[in-house]
Amino acid sequence: MSAVLSRALPPERVQIATDHVTEPFWQAARERRLAAPRCADCGHFRLPPTPFCPECQSQKVDWVQLSGRASVFSFSVVRDIPGLDDAVVVAAVVDLPDAPGARLVSNVIDADPDEVRIGMELVVDFSPVSDGWLLPVFRPFTPAVEGKEG
Amino acid sequence: MALQPPDTAIVGVGATPYYPRGESYPQTITELAGRAILAACEDAGLSVKDIDGFAYYSMAGGGYGRSMDTASLMETLGIPEITFTASLTAGGGGSAGSIGLARAAIVAGDATCVVSVMALQQLPQYRLGGVFGKAEPTPEKSFIQPAGLTGPGHLMSVLARRHMHMYGTRREAFAEVAVSTRENALTRPTALRRTPLTLDDYFNARMIAEPLCLYDFCMETDGAVAVLTTSLERARDLRQKPVPVIAAAHGGRREWGRAFSWMGMPEETFASSGHAAVAQRLYGKAGVGPDDIDVALLYDHFTPMVVMQLEDYGFCPKGEGGAFVESGAIRYKGGSIPVNTHGGHLSEGYVIGMTHVREAVEQMRGTAVNQVPDAKLALVSGGPATIPVSGLILGRDA
Ligand SMILES: [Zn+2]
Repeated sequence: MSAVLSRALPPERVQIATDHVTEPFWQAARERRLAAPRCADCGHFRLPPTPFCPECQSQKVDWVQLSGRASVFSFSVVRDIPGLDDAVVVAAVVDLPDAPGARLVSNVIDADPDEVRIGMELVVDFSPVSDGWLLPVFRPFTPAVEGKEG
Repeated sequence: MALQPPDTAIVGVGATPYYPRGESYPQTITELAGRAILAACEDAGLSVKDIDGFAYYSMAGGGYGRSMDTASLMETLGIPEITFTASLTAGGGGSAGSIGLARAAIVAGDATCVVSVMALQQLPQYRLGGVFGKAEPTPEKSFIQPAGLTGPGHLMSVLARRHMHMYGTRREAFAEVAVSTRENALTRPTALRRTPLTLDDYFNARMIAEPLCLYDFCMETDGAVAVLTTSLERARDLRQKPVPVIAAAHGGRREWGRAFSWMGMPEETFASSGHAAVAQRLYGKAGVGPDDIDVALLYDHFTPMVVMQLEDYGFCPKGEGGAFVESGAIRYKGGSIPVNTHGGHLSEGYVIGMTHVREAVEQMRGTAVNQVPDAKLALVSGGPATIPVSGLILGRDA
């Protein structure tokens, strides 16, 4: 059976807003890099980016470039998207192994929705959204993908 | 542990009819709220001019994108003076807690007759179902909106999936919540869904956000419900049998936080309703435990959250909510803890939690349509959502 592969929402449907705290995340994505803020005092990662470290209240952060690897913590398969009759979106909450404690809510793309599992290994990709921004999304991790990335 | 002596009581409840989404138009939010408030006053045998306090929740929201306003209600209804007006923050999580806010005002001496009210009108631009997807992007929401989880049920489906993964919870459990709640609505005149729902209906329904289907989602409806709280002493001189406020609590822990608008919760909290801390505090204040509760009115915007609240409120151990529900434990007929005897948000009507307070009052007066025999304590919860979540225990006057 040829499954309809999952996709991200069309670029024109997704708008993002930034502020001085979150902008480094989006600027990195625009350069096809996945980055997360790590507290410069205690090393705690947090996402979304916020003005204070919830562990030590420091405002100092280091923006760390991550490997782009992730795993599915949980997910939902959404098929009732108005105007996208046959589309399937897999919305996923993902853990980031090199930013422990921080999660992203994103999409698993190019996957058979029936094959997506909690714990599934993913690798980042970038999907265009409105106004020239890129959205970090994830695709199933395979050695072939790894080769391409490397 | 003995019950703390109650100091306040609910003396009046009033409501508009419940309407399918948008059909309360062209009434305004103020008009809907006003009708519910006047009905609550009539129920209590009080004049609307006796009201001197407003205790809202959801930032006095009148649905998604609009608000109630105390001054407008005073102007419209002719309330001469108020001495307290306040709201719990965030959204539907505060519904049960708004009665606690009313109690706090009365116990502090800041007001004597306090109304808690919700009026909801879901015109196309103010729908629950689109509230997350259509909202203007903000820096915070930009970390969740793009994923396509357009409504709260979509967001909660991710929590439900994790609960299934961790504990083996089955869709059959969510189905049992939907089916048993519908059965309760069949005899209730105020309910909007009064045809039986079968397991086949459930499993043949359209999937909205897997693992959740159409019947896991509550209705999108309109309507208003108002609840009047006074001191217990004054309550005893009024028209209705007082329904004492045994305990109320709102709040929540950082690990839950913005909950499914955030998704950063540690594993055990992720697969929960976020109520554990509030439940523990509520029982502590009341001096009772889950075994003492006779009927539970649990905020049922989405069926998995009923399962998870049963765990967080201690009706079964953590992780066993699915099997507990599937055993028939929440049935009005034959269950050990009847849940949502009025048909809940799933089948009666959705007014952001206040319908559950209304049912708890009817149960404690002994006048409910699906009356639980000899019920002495009713638990009400406010929606698993962004903090605060809340709980309320109502009782019978000695
Ligand atoms: Zn820190």
